[in-house]
Amino acid sequence: MQEKSGIILDVEDLNIRFDTPKGEFHAVKDVSFRMRREKLAIVGESGSGKTQTGRAILGLTQGRISAKRLAFHDTSLLGLDAAGWRQIRGRRIAMVMQDPKYSLNPVMTIGDQLIEAGQRSLAPGSVRSRALEMLEAVKIRDPLRVFNAWPHELSGGMGQRAMIAMMLMAEPELLIADEPTSALDVTVRLQVLAILDDLVKTRDMGLIFISHDLNLVRTFCDRVLIMYGGRVVETRMARDLRAATHPYTQGLLACSPEIDRPTRRLATLQRDPAWAEAPAAAPGAAPADTGS
Amino acid sequence: MIEIQDLSVIFGEAGQRVVAVDGVSLRVLPGESFGLVGESGSGKSTILRAVAGLIDHWGGSIRIDGHPVGRKRSRDFYRLVQMVFQDPFGSLHPKHTVDRILSEPLIIHGLDDAEARVRAALDQVQLGPSFRFRYPHQLSGGQRQRVAIARALILSPRLILLDEPTSALDVSIQAEILNLLDDIRRDLGVTYLLVSHDLGVVAHMCDRLAVMRQGALVEVASQGDLAAGALREPYSQQLMLASKGYDRAVVNSFTDT
Amino acid sequence: MTTISWRDWLLSDTPDSRWQARLGRFYLGWLTFARNPLGMLGLAILIVLVLCALFAPWIAPHNPISGELGDRLLPPSGEFWLGTDQQGRDIFSRIIYGARTTLFIIGLVAVTAAPIGLLIGTTAGFLGGWVESVLMRLTDAFLAFPKLILALAFAAALGPGLENAVLAIALTAWPPYARIARAETLAVRNSDYLAAARMTGAGPLRLLIGHIMPMCIPSLIVRVSLDMAGIILIAAGLGFLGLGVAPPQPEWGAMVSEGREQILDQWWVCTYPGIAICIVSLGFNLIGDSLRDVLDPRGS
Repeated sequence: MQEKSGIILDVEDLNIRFDTPKGEFHAVKDVSFRMRREKLAIVGESGSGKTQTGRAILGLTQGRISAKRLAFHDTSLLGLDAAGWRQIRGRRIAMVMQDPKYSLNPVMTIGDQLIEAGQRSLAPGSVRSRALEMLEAVKIRDPLRVFNAWPHELSGGMGQRAMIAMMLMAEPELLIADEPTSALDVTVRLQVLAILDDLVKTRDMGLIFISHDLNLVRTFCDRVLIMYGGRVVETRMARDLRAATHPYTQGLLACSPEIDRPTRRLATLQRDPAWAEAPAAAPGAAPADTGS
Repeated sequence: MIEIQDLSVIFGEAGQRVVAVDGVSLRVLPGESFGLVGESGSGKSTILRAVAGLIDHWGGSIRIDGHPVGRKRSRDFYRLVQMVFQDPFGSLHPKHTVDRILSEPLIIHGLDDAEARVRAALDQVQLGPSFRFRYPHQLSGGQRQRVAIARALILSPRLILLDEPTSALDVSIQAEILNLLDDIRRDLGVTYLLVSHDLGVVAHMCDRLAVMRQGALVEVASQGDLAAGALREPYSQQLMLASKGYDRAVVNSFTDT
Repeated sequence: MTTISWRDWLLSDTPDSRWQARLGRFYLGWLTFARNPLGMLGLAILIVLVLCALFAPWIAPHNPISGELGDRLLPPSGEFWLGTDQQGRDIFSRIIYGARTTLFIIGLVAVTAAPIGLLIGTTAGFLGGWVESVLMRLTDAFLAFPKLILALAFAAALGPGLENAVLAIALTAWPPYARIARAETLAVRNSDYLAAARMTGAGPLRLLIGHIMPMCIPSLIVRVSLDMAGIILIAAGLGFLGLGVAPPQPEWGAMVSEGREQILDQWWVCTYPGIAICIVSLGFNLIGDSLRDVLDPRGS
């Protein structure tokens, strides 16, 4: 059923709660979305729940997850056991974190880390050649040098490329990237995005791109979920983002300074507590009917 | 306000020397807001720190308000020049209250009426008196940066150095802080030297800007040039296009770094 | 005012005065400390120790200095709760009075060794260069000897006596504190808040005392309270070897030493002071562990 409609991930009423000394913290509230093999952005400011949503898909959040449905193809990700997760994590869904400095193992060479990532799903003889192939796929000019390099010998952009190469070793169907380019310089950032773009196109992969940068997401992704206070307040096609109707989205768009439209004063965001409370009934929120 | 002639900063020992700033000269006029833009390793923050007197092994000459400054700065220097740091979580002493952070400069410089001055400074950054006795951990990122700005203002300096003042903040908070900085400049007529990697921020805040790359100055342009896309050097153009968002054609056009 | 509103006042996010802010911070630390039952047990042990020292004359049923020779080496009984030693003195009373000695030693060591270590460590870390080299090599030289041996050498050179024992222990206890203080200082030295403080025109002394030392003190407090157990044992060791307190005065280590000839027949003579040393050492360890959770959140 689901395969036919091309839905690879189906999330319905996802809730994540944390127990804190000050009581329960409801980090993610009734988040629902479905995605195909597309570039889906989850955008929000700090504390919006975007990172927790991404981590919940891989079962990596520390909080308590509850949902009506959290399914990858036909596999429910709710209550999966350790063996079940091993089938999913890294093989079918992979994740790229913000800063390669902290997500690469400092005491292993890049090559060893790539091989380790591919070991379980590839034949022993082909792992090494595949690792070099993947380094080439992320546009690293001298794959052999990077293969033998230690993480500290790589620049930020190079490290992030190596990280993406590692995540691609097992040919995942879905890649979750949590602020993958925030630690990078602008030009390097765009180069890394171009690599991700190509991979989505050529390898038929889904990408969840978690970011705080509305402008970047507008130009890079296909579809955007905007989160505020744990809730999805609006869902839009990226190209229509400027036509957003929710006051939060409008406010975010208006308050970022732009090079070619200098203003005397930046608009500021007047926050409305109701955004985090009211059910996400903003117009244009019909996730299943949009997308490629 | 600032005249920098042939400034060079070299880090490291003889074996592994890194030229962080390589013969940079620039002038910032009184009352102007001047931006330094560049990617990491371009030397923009190093220039700021050399002007602030936080690094002492630089070559060349720095004149502030017409007077040359040396390696060590006098106490009076800090009544003229103040700085706001990038990370509001790192620039406030975790064990000092806002009150102590703001009154310490007054004590050091022997200024009287500390009570009123602290209140006025908090007022200026739109924080009420209820913030006065809080510790930094009781403040949000935006509130901390306001306290840092209040600390920079409390000695009534004429030049304020801004080191990526909003890069650690959410965009909506960034807008508030940038507006606040703009108001302060208009009200007090101070000069800003702003360092940022974000061309949008520089375009909004600065009258003129300098593009830096690998320790060298690439070009100096005006706000109008930037808004009109009329930067001369290919690198500045590339930086500008890259800042406007993702565009496949732009990426393909990059000359390799 | 009810107790609830006191709590709210202390935990307020918008304090009205310096004192409220400071007390609030202290109270928050106390709440964290109080959550750990083992830490509270340690604190209870410390309180009992202090009470014993303060009210020794009222608690002790017998004279700790002189006893009846007829009452030599009596086993624990209704009259002598923990028995008597070879001079007929009540062991319970001597342990109670011994608390004074113990408290005196650890208190004095703490207020001398910790500040010395703090001063040397922060100065070395802050100034760097040849000052750091000299101070830290000196520290290393002290660290090269086992603590007890060094304390023994000092105590032997200075002669027996309580004050000399304290001095000897303090002289051997400061080097680890200097190392910790220097490590913390190095972490703080390049921080933005120190750069910001320099930008206010603050001189080196103000930076050192007002900005750097407050960041070093928490880990130092933790280390000192963890070291207390060791200091008690060294003090006991010096007492055992006859280099501590002058004989008639009760001191736990010396008491263990005096009882060692009768350890098989009259086991109580050295066992009970030994248990006292154990309990107090344990108490300080528990407090130190719990303080670490309060003061040094990096570990948790």
